[in-house]
Amino acid sequence: MTDAIAAVGRRALEVLRILGHHATFFLDILRACPAALRRPYLVVAQVHAIGNLSLVIILASGLAVGFVLALQMYYALVTYGAAESLGLIVNLSLTRELGPVVTALLYAGRAGTSLTAEIGLMKAGEQLAAMDMMAVDPRSRVLAPRFLAGIVSMPILAILFSSIGILGAYVVAVLLIGVDAGNFWSIMQSGVDVRRDIGNGIVKSIVFGFICTFIALYQGYEAEATPEGVAHGTTRTVVISSLGVLMMDFVLTALMFSTP
Amino acid sequence: MGKKSVEMLVGIFVLLGLAGLVFLALKAANLGTFSSGDTYTLRAYFDNIGALKVRAPIRSAGVTVGRVASIRLDPKLYQGVVELAIQRDVQFPTDSSLRILTSGLLGDQYIGVEPGASEKMWAPGDEIKQTQSAVVLESLISQFLFNKAADAGSTAPAASAPGGGKK
Repeated sequence: MTDAIAAVGRRALEVLRILGHHATFFLDILRACPAALRRPYLVVAQVHAIGNLSLVIILASGLAVGFVLALQMYYALVTYGAAESLGLIVNLSLTRELGPVVTALLYAGRAGTSLTAEIGLMKAGEQLAAMDMMAVDPRSRVLAPRFLAGIVSMPILAILFSSIGILGAYVVAVLLIGVDAGNFWSIMQSGVDVRRDIGNGIVKSIVFGFICTFIALYQGYEAEATPEGVAHGTTRTVVISSLGVLMMDFVLTALMFSTP
Repeated sequence: MGKKSVEMLVGIFVLLGLAGLVFLALKAANLGTFSSGDTYTLRAYFDNIGALKVRAPIRSAGVTVGRVASIRLDPKLYQGVVELAIQRDVQFPTDSSLRILTSGLLGDQYIGVEPGASEKMWAPGDEIKQTQSAVVLESLISQFLFNKAADAGSTAPAASAPGGGKK
C-alpha cells in the first residue's frame, strides 16, 4: 500500500522534474536569442535549412490537399445545388485548420527530425562541449538561431500551403469540373475575414512553429550521446510535436472560433 | 554554398511568403472589397430578427452597402436591437424602411433598405422604428392552414363536400 502511494509520488515528481527541465531549457534559449540576433546570418542560414528546404514538400502537399478537398466537397455540395460555395469551404478549412496543422505535422517530420538528429550528433561528437571549452555559448550559437528560424519559417510555410491549396481547388473546381469562376471567388471573398480567419490561422502557425522547434531542439540537446539515444530523440520529436500540435490546435480553435 | 546565395534564397522564400499573404488577403478574403473603417452606425428595432447574424450584409437595390455590427435584445421593449454599420458615402432618407429578407429559398438573411422620399437623411446614431420583421416560415404555414381550414368550414355545408377539405 505504502509502496503504491510512493510510486504515485515518484511519478508525480518525475513529471514535475521534466516540466521544470523544459522550462529552464526554454528560458535558456530565450536568454540566448538577443545574442543570436546580433549575428543575423546564423538565423538566415537556418531559415534556409528549415524553411527553403521544406518548401517542396509543403507546396506538393498543399496542392494535393487542395485538389482532394475540392473534389470531395464538390460531390457533397452539388447534391444541394451549392457547388459555388466550394471555394469558401476550401478556403476556410485551409486557412483556419488544415494549413497550420498539416504544415506543422509535415514540418515536424521534415525539419524537426533533422534538427534533433543534427544537435544530437553534435552532442554525441562532443562539438557542443568543444564550443563550451572555447567560451562559445552553444545555446546562442546553435540553439537560438534554429529556434528563431523555426518561428519565422512556420507561418510562411503555412501561408504558402493555404495559398497553393486554394489555387489547387481553383484548378479542380473551375478548370476541371466547371464551377463558375466569378461565384467561386466572390462567395469566398464575402465569407472569409482577413483578421478572423487568415489572421487567426497565422497566429496558430506561429504557436505551432514555437512548439515544434522547441521540442525538436530539446530532444536533440537532451538526447543520450549514443546512436540509440539520437534515434530515440528523433522518434520522440515527431510523436511529441504531433500530439502537442493537435492538442494545442483544439485549445486554439476553442479560443478563436467558439463564438460565431 | 556561398553566404550570398543562401541569403538570396532565403530572401526569395520570405518574398514568396509575403506574396502568399497578399494573395490570401486580397484575392481570397474581403480586404479589398469592403473595409469596415469608414462607416457610420444606425440602430434599428425589429419585432423579430429571424435568423439574422452579425456581419450579415445590408443591401439597397441588391447592392451591399454595409454590415450588421451587433445584435442584442432591448430588455424593456422586448425587441431585437440591430446595429448597422453603413458605408459613409451612402445615406438614406429618414422615411426609408428596413426589412429582413432572405437571399434565395434557403440562403442567408440580410437587411434590405427601401429608400423613402424625405429631404432629411439619417444621421449617425439614429434609431429606426420603421422596420419589417423577418418572415418566420412556421407562422406563415400555420396562417395558411388556418385560412384553408376556415375556407373549407364555410364552403363545406353549401356544396355537399366536393372533397376539398377531406382528409
